[in-house]
Amino acid sequence: MTTLPSATEKKLGLVIDLDTCVGCHACVISCKGWNTENYGAPLSDQDAYGADPSGTFLNRVHSFEVQPPEGHAQLVHFPKSCLHCEDAPCVTVCPTGASYKRVEDGIVLVNEDNCIGCGLCAWSCPYGARELDLAEGVMKKCTLCVDRIYNENLPEVDRVPSCVRTCPAGARHFGDLGDPDSDVSKLVAEREGMDLMPEMGTKPVNKYLPPRPKDQIEDQIDILAPLLAPVTEGPGGFMGWLDKALDKLPGQSSGGTA
Amino acid sequence: MTFQQPRVETSPKVSDEIRQTTCYMCACRCGINVHMKTNEDGKKEVAYIEGNRNHPVNKGVLCAKGSAGIMQVNAPSRLRAPLKRVGPRGSGEFEEISWDEALEIAAGWLKPIREDDPSKLAFFTGRDQSQSFTSFWAQNFGTPNYAAHGGFCSVNMAAAGIYTMGGAFWEFGQPDWDHTKLFMLFGVAEDHDSNPIKMGLGKIKARGARVIGVNPIRSGYNAIADDWVGITPGTDGLFILSLVHVLMKAGKIDLDYLSRFTNAPVLVNQDPDSPDKGLFLRDDHGAPLVINRKTGKLAPFDMAGVRPDLGGSFKMGDVTHVSVFQLMAERYLKDEYAPEAVAERCGIPATRIRAIASEIARVAFDEAFELDQEWTDFRGEKHDKMIGRPVSFHSMRGVSAHANGFQTCRALHVLQILLGTVEAPGGFRFKPPYPKPVEAHPAPHSRVTANKPLDGPHLGFVHGPEHLALKSDGTAARIDKAFTWENPMSSHGLMHMVISNAHAGDPYKIDTLFMYMANMSWNSSMNTKGVMEMLTDKGEDGEYKIPRIIYSDAYSSEMVAYADLILPDTTYLERHDCISLLDRPICEADGAADAIRWPVIEPDRDVRGFQTVLVQLANKMGLPGFTAEDGSAKWQDYADYIVNHERKPGIGPLAGFRGPDGDKAGRGEVNPDQLDRYIENGGFFVEHIPTEASYFKPWNMAYQDWAVNLGLFDSPQPYLFQLYVEPMRKFQLAAEGHGERQPPEHLRARIKDTMDPLPIWYETDQQGNEGFTVNALTQRPMAMYHSWGTQNAWLRQLHGRNPLYVPTKLMRENDLQDGDWAKVSSPHGSITVPVMEMAALNENTVWTWNAIGKRKGAWALEEDAPEATKGFLLNHLIHELLPAKGDGMRWANSDPITGQAAWFDLKVKIEKVGAPEDLAESQPELPPIKSPVGTGPKDLKWKVGK
Repeated sequence: MTTLPSATEKKLGLVIDLDTCVGCHACVISCKGWNTENYGAPLSDQDAYGADPSGTFLNRVHSFEVQPPEGHAQLVHFPKSCLHCEDAPCVTVCPTGASYKRVEDGIVLVNEDNCIGCGLCAWSCPYGARELDLAEGVMKKCTLCVDRIYNENLPEVDRVPSCVRTCPAGARHFGDLGDPDSDVSKLVAEREGMDLMPEMGTKPVNKYLPPRPKDQIEDQIDILAPLLAPVTEGPGGFMGWLDKALDKLPGQSSGGTA
Repeated sequence: MTFQQPRVETSPKVSDEIRQTTCYMCACRCGINVHMKTNEDGKKEVAYIEGNRNHPVNKGVLCAKGSAGIMQVNAPSRLRAPLKRVGPRGSGEFEEISWDEALEIAAGWLKPIREDDPSKLAFFTGRDQSQSFTSFWAQNFGTPNYAAHGGFCSVNMAAAGIYTMGGAFWEFGQPDWDHTKLFMLFGVAEDHDSNPIKMGLGKIKARGARVIGVNPIRSGYNAIADDWVGITPGTDGLFILSLVHVLMKAGKIDLDYLSRFTNAPVLVNQDPDSPDKGLFLRDDHGAPLVINRKTGKLAPFDMAGVRPDLGGSFKMGDVTHVSVFQLMAERYLKDEYAPEAVAERCGIPATRIRAIASEIARVAFDEAFELDQEWTDFRGEKHDKMIGRPVSFHSMRGVSAHANGFQTCRALHVLQILLGTVEAPGGFRFKPPYPKPVEAHPAPHSRVTANKPLDGPHLGFVHGPEHLALKSDGTAARIDKAFTWENPMSSHGLMHMVISNAHAGDPYKIDTLFMYMANMSWNSSMNTKGVMEMLTDKGEDGEYKIPRIIYSDAYSSEMVAYADLILPDTTYLERHDCISLLDRPICEADGAADAIRWPVIEPDRDVRGFQTVLVQLANKMGLPGFTAEDGSAKWQDYADYIVNHERKPGIGPLAGFRGPDGDKAGRGEVNPDQLDRYIENGGFFVEHIPTEASYFKPWNMAYQDWAVNLGLFDSPQPYLFQLYVEPMRKFQLAAEGHGERQPPEHLRARIKDTMDPLPIWYETDQQGNEGFTVNALTQRPMAMYHSWGTQNAWLRQLHGRNPLYVPTKLMRENDLQDGDWAKVSSPHGSITVPVMEMAALNENTVWTWNAIGKRKGAWALEEDAPEATKGFLLNHLIHELLPAKGDGMRWANSDPITGQAAWFDLKVKIEKVGAPEDLAESQPELPPIKSPVGTGPKDLKWKVGK
């Protein structure tokens, strides 16, 4: 068993906007590229060109159909990676101390040197956010790009997780969710950000911004209907209206200042 | 227990060098930072690819394809050396040969053709990003048979845009993402262009502005739309014209804009017997005439101080002339366009159509805003501010790929113009070199002379029957029958008809088919199996009906097996390229931009960039254009051409860093260091548009002067938006019997019906679809769109399977469960495929991901890969020809105006044939082709830096 720190100095994490995510998988592949080349063992792929290709990914996008009680079915794209929980069961279940939560920023990491690949952590994670690399036999997970966010070899603007840097729609935000004045905390407050499966009691740091209500344009019709009142009802009356409307245009009588 | 945190290296070295070039994982052309690390052998290798923050297209972001580029560069499917076919065509049996031998063979086939009849070469370049160069090559060869893939992609959108307003979406222009408050997206459009649309949607969403998605399928961008309109495919034009009806009737149109900047006030001849009926009244200089509201008299549209009268009419002798606007009012105010009249056909309730129209009206007019920016228009009139109308639209392939696609795209452009949003702040903004009036484009050329170049550029825009590409006997000059009465405005050619026509010898036989990056024996053709048969079919003499096929590709695609000679291309990180302003540029609304690719790594195989091979072939044949007066070759390779070619003095493929000191933009002498300067600058060049020239560009003299200065035009080219397209009327006049060039009898009625100069909507059933009631569509996933090859080991883990997505109602009606097999039939054929339920889908539409399905033996995949077993193509259900009409004619399954392939007119029926375990593979099951490269490695695990 490994202990969690009683408190962390920061709560670094991601805020993912489900109203904006188009499900393009840019974050998935950027993550794969960075983390193949960086922290720990590379992310391997088995049967890469065969019948059942299956590789290690630290971030995946799932798509769910939602059928509201009224109206059209909706599709929600749902990116998912480690949520860096405050009460991370994957840490406390680890028999070797390989899984741990950092005191300074709350990032949950795996020390691959101590990982025996037993898989208990993946079993204990209610989100399915950990993947055992089959080539290396160690547990892989989102590091929040711990080798980017403090990296003095990167320009300051690039010291964010690779998934955040690459997201074309700007649906991913990174920051300190422990600081109520941070941009991410303000975004969560403003958009009523949510915990994923709060009933599991893991207190995830990452937050999701819910999709805005959809398919409500017809509800406005009573307010908007006057906008569409015909300018005239009589046959041939449209050109008459036009003549008057043209007279009212600015510049029709005064002309320009050529 | 006390836990000791391990020390983590938080500042590892990221790479040894960053090389900045242009992505080619799709057609979006983002800037990329290629991180290089030195391996054990001291050689620099690609370690990681990310977006370039300074690049005008993607500003640092990068999609899944772009980041997966590393897996394209190390893909096992890369071709390794030139190949000569040794087995029968289609078998995939080849032997590797040297480049000397390959060029000798190619020149040995091509040179005699050129000396005898250059039209015996058909040169089509598919997914080409170097069309200004490949067309230059084809023109100098002398064949009229050249085009790229626009004819089976989105020519309807592009051509409708050019004819209507001097540009369209994507490469031509973009929504004003920073100001728009209502964005409406029509049809499948997750492709063009990839990252900028996502970035724009992100901006809109961050502001809480509204997105309306009009698409039978609620995936991708439509999934995040605030309102989804699950329209019946092929009815977008009717829906748009209904919006036009409601908005006009309510007077919610921009009268001032229409009178100043469009041909709405231009007078049209109404004499039913005149050969000029429907043509514009013009002055002696050819300028269209309007009534000046100030004087009540005729005036040319561009006269200083004129106030064109939208309601003008004029009687000259006995002939009445009325304004375009009056013709529009007469047509679109009719009840046949009322929401209640179109609702059922469109599959959209009338109340919803009205709600959308009212929201458009509210945002365009009640949320109009002003930018405090003076500007001067082409009539010399000063405007003290710019009025914004924050409604914008985007659409690409979805609404285009129908037999009524051109008119539908026209309707969409007309809607934008009626609202006054085009080039207004908050609306749609052109990107240089657009706006550009249709008159500033070339007309098509097709006159062939043995041993001489063609008489001009192949592709262009016809202004009337006089520009059709017809021989003196009236038959088609081009193998694809572009620019004929069958599809007069086919500005991008008809690549999808080339093989079919060449096989049939209609309009004539060819000798050599030469293609580049075009998977014509697979997902890029209609009637895939039929095309395979055409490519391998032999005549009575035992020779192939298409005698010789040369193909260039970087990868072992399905098409490779069907060629006699393979010229292996490099990957995009191993080559020079230019993304040129002469071609399909990467400009943004605020600036002109172009870019290069350069070899950030050297090929480890015996391959050459295709464009360099064309230079070498041209030199071997001594093609004019490529040969100096002393007989020597002008250029040794493509990089040499990029730097040293001048289209006209001072204008070359790249606009940046010209002149001896590299400080000239647009116009300037050749700079031998130009490529180095591009590389220093991150692989691209941008010239920004001055603020006063930012909007209203077609009429804004500050923009026009800037464009002339940069070399986009030689003189200012202000023009009116063409709500009424007079060239279309000229074809109708011909069909009515006027003029010397007359259409064949069997096409008269169709031309009269479809070439209406004002947008119309018509049913797209050209097949006889009785009994086939379900619409069938395809799209490509965002992580693969326009990506050349889905063998990519990372991307195929995202999208390795393509079930047929079936709406809930049809699942129930056919007693289907997820994974069941269904037979899907069209009037042309049938396939058997696995199904999956999707609720967020038009209830009468099925769809699948295109081009996931692969042929066994292609792309270095194992033969049991799901792409090759369960993957399938809808292409088998779509014929390139319409059913025979008994007149002996071959009617293309295309838009009758532009020849755009009508992919999305497909109608099917489905029936259950079995449970998941009842079948192993999708049908038809095609035999494997022999792979010239074998299959890929089993497992992948690497780290360049270790």
